[in-house]
Amino acid sequence: MLVRGRTALLLLPIAVGALIGAEPAKLAPDQMAKAARTDAITIPTPGELFAALQKPGKPNWTDAYRAPIPTTYKNRAQLALNLGGLIADGFIAVEAQDSQQVKNIGSDVIKLAKALGVSQNILGRSNSINDFAETNQWDSLQEELEATQNEVKNSMQSHSDQDLVILVSIGGWIRGTQVVSGSVAANYDERSAKLLRQPALVSFIHSKLNDVSPELRIDPLVKNVNEQLTNLEKLVTFPAGKSPSPDDVRKVNSVVTDLIQQIQHKTDTK
Amino acid sequence: MKRGLFFIMLLGIGGAGVSLADTDAEVNARKNALDVAGAFTNDGFKLRDGHWCGTLKPQDHALIAVNLYAGNQYWFAVGTTDPARKIAVNVYDETGKLLTSDHYDGGDRAAAGFSPTDSGQYFVSVDLVEGGSSSFCLIYSYK
Repeated sequence: MLVRGRTALLLLPIAVGALIGAEPAKLAPDQMAKAARTDAITIPTPGELFAALQKPGKPNWTDAYRAPIPTTYKNRAQLALNLGGLIADGFIAVEAQDSQQVKNIGSDVIKLAKALGVSQNILGRSNSINDFAETNQWDSLQEELEATQNEVKNSMQSHSDQDLVILVSIGGWIRGTQVVSGSVAANYDERSAKLLRQPALVSFIHSKLNDVSPELRIDPLVKNVNEQLTNLEKLVTFPAGKSPSPDDVRKVNSVVTDLIQQIQHKTDTK
Repeated sequence: MKRGLFFIMLLGIGGAGVSLADTDAEVNARKNALDVAGAFTNDGFKLRDGHWCGTLKPQDHALIAVNLYAGNQYWFAVGTTDPARKIAVNVYDETGKLLTSDHYDGGDRAAAGFSPTDSGQYFVSVDLVEGGSSSFCLIYSYK
């Protein structure tokens, strides 16, 4: 049973374990292939990943911090990838309940958003993040971070920057996977290791990345991310019910850590 | 404050989320979905800001792919509008097998609760059991 107390009362018509309607007991492969897939609902947030990571035991979130990254990239693809990663950093700071870190990251998120030209609507978000951080409203902060990310993506869509939307999601997924694989590698636990089983997710983001414009696809950083997603797709494919070994976890961590280094490296060649 | 944010979201449903071109029917369907999902926030479920809107036809279903993490608990809440009268929400695993889940059935709104033991891809099915074609909106929450 997933609900209790007041919620259970609100949901009196609930039928536990019941199957309602005339739904089929098994979906056909072509039905599953045609299922709707979208950035907004098919790609989990870093918050969902981190919520699952702390079920077996709360990790030391401050161990997952990284040094501040530059906020003055000139390459828009690199800006978008780092924006996603920074928002994942925000989720880490919220899990660590570190208000100063949340404020610092919130400030950097706004700088990157400004550099992408999407800051007009999210300046208010910056104030909210600061206010919630000052008053230790961690749940509200998490909602605000996700809303900020979606507002940036909305702005990108309305400014014909649709291709950058998937880069924000990929940046967040890579950073989240780096944190989870690093935590599991440091303190191996079979249940936590199972979180790295995400073949369909990587396949989806990989296919979205293949759909971006040819100009963006030949960007050296995007090209490398694309190549590494092929590798990662294999590394996160495990049979259902089986946990990846410590060595498997280390391999995933090595690839995503290398990717994060490249994504945050400032070359200013463009 | 969390509840306050929820109501702000409810008021601003036309502006939030990733979908930019929601129709009035979709906005109302989303409001109904948020009504259901709001109950779960009392139990510590966090509401995702994303949503999926579409159209349901009689005796047909919509299928949406989601990626879930083992250890988390999820509620998938769906709202529709008139003339839909009864909908059902179900969850299938990556092989297409129907999973046992908790259900809330509220006529034009419904929800399914599920706790995966394996991380990976799942499918949320939304069926129009009674009534006419309608817009629907799916949102989900987790803890």
